[in-house]
Order: sequence, then C-alpha cells, then structure tokens
Amino acid sequence: MDLVWFVVLSAFIFCIGAAGVLTRRNPLVILLCLELMLNAGNLALVAFSKMHGVGDGQVFALIVMVVAACEVVIGLGLIVAMYRRRLPIDVDQMSELRG
Amino acid sequence: MWFEQVMFFFAALLAVAGALGVVVLRNPFYSVLALVGHLFALAILFLLLSAEFLAAAQVVVYAGAVMVLYVFVVAYVGGIEEAVADDSAPRRLGPLFAAALFVELCFAIVGTGLGAIDTRGAETGEGFGSPGQIGELLLSKFLIPFEAASFLLLIAAVGAVLLARRRRGLEEMGGA
Repeated sequence: MDLVWFVVLSAFIFCIGAAGVLTRRNPLVILLCLELMLNAGNLALVAFSKMHGVGDGQVFALIVMVVAACEVVIGLGLIVAMYRRRLPIDVDQMSELRG
Repeated sequence: MWFEQVMFFFAALLAVAGALGVVVLRNPFYSVLALVGHLFALAILFLLLSAEFLAAAQVVVYAGAVMVLYVFVVAYVGGIEEAVADDSAPRRLGPLFAAALFVELCFAIVGTGLGAIDTRGAETGEGFGSPGQIGELLLSKFLIPFEAASFLLLIAAVGAVLLARRRRGLEEMGGA
C-alpha cells in the first residue's frame, strides 16, 4: 500500500472528528470526537515514521497517547463534577465558569 | 501483496465506520462502543505500517483501559440522549467546515513535495517498531519527553482525584 492512502485516511478521520466536535452538544461525545482527531494524528505520525524508516514518529504517537489519556481523565473528572452538582450535561448551557 | 491491500481496505472501512458511528449515534454508550471498534481498526493499520508495539499499546491501553473509563462514566452519568440537533449556525456549518477542511488537506497531500509518499516507505529492518527499539529511543533520544509524560500523568491523576472527590455542601449548593 502506498503511504498516501494512509495519510488521506488520517485526514478523513480527522475531519469526521472535527465535524463531531462542532455539531455535538454532549461533552462526553465531544471528548470522544477529540480522541478521533488525536488518533488521526497518530496514524499520520506512524505513516511518516514508516516513510522515513525511523522510529521517532512512533515515539511521538506514544506520547500523544499519553496526552490523550490525561485529557480523558481530566475531561471525565469535569463531567462527573458537573453531574454531582446537577448541572446540565450540555455544552450550550454551560456558559459560566463558577466554582 | 494483495493480502495487505485487502487488510488495508477492511481496516480503513472499519475505522471510517467507527468514526462516523461516534459522531452520528445519539446514545453516548453506543458512541463509546463505536470508538472501540475504530481503535481496533487503527491497530490493524498500525500493524500494516510495521508499528507492532504501538498496535499492542493501542489495543491494551486505549481500547482496554481508557475506554473502560469512558464506559464507567457513561454508566454513572447515564446515557443522556441528546435532542436532535437544533439549527443554530455552528451546528449547520460544522459538517460544511469539515468537508472544506478535508478537501483542503487532500490538495495539500496530493500536491506535496514529499517524494517518498507515493512509495511503500523506506526499507526497514527486522526490529523496526519492536518494543526494544521504542524503549531504546524513549530512554536515549527522547528521555526528556518521556519524563515530562510521566509528570503529566501524575498531574492528571492528582487533578482527577481533586475534581471528582465529594465535597460536603457543594451538592446542595449546586442543586438550586
């Protein structure tokens, strides 16, 4: 398989994720769409790593996975805190940063 | 050769279907399940790109651990079915923006000056993408990012505990 296929696929998945972030209102699903975008980036990184025959891109992808895990933990913690305070789980109605 | 192509199109179809499922499905629980399928398809693609360790990490860490966290939170919060999209401007323009972005990215990829993108990549040796090679890179060339990642994980863990702990009185205050 030519690498250009992998890169185009990664661009397509990234755009699906971007559309999801823009159209969905549930913060849980928005986090999932962010994961999609990060994974698309990972796929491109691994494809370019293969293109050069150097392992650096794979290490980058691994670090991206770590960052994604951190983002998930904090995002889910925020959602749980919102739920505990009976706030609506909807990004359109969350317009105040109040402790 | 043809096996590789069949696997690529199978995995690519599964990945795109999973991604569309995440965006389109109304129930967050089904969205999480679609993302798990998407992650498995990506692991297959990583294997095709001879990134064995990354594929294993994808399945074990991502599809295994991170998605379990999602499932727990969806079960805790309750799968809230969100109302069918209203027609505020960003909701209508979102897919349009994504399509424009994809077209632009395709122009960039097809017109790129990277000569090797139309090949199957450089010839790689036996150990390419193996745990040994990744570990060696992490502990020599990328030692500082590695340490920074460990600090980031620690900060995220502390932050999550801080965010999700139960504080007396706040529940009643927020409920008004």
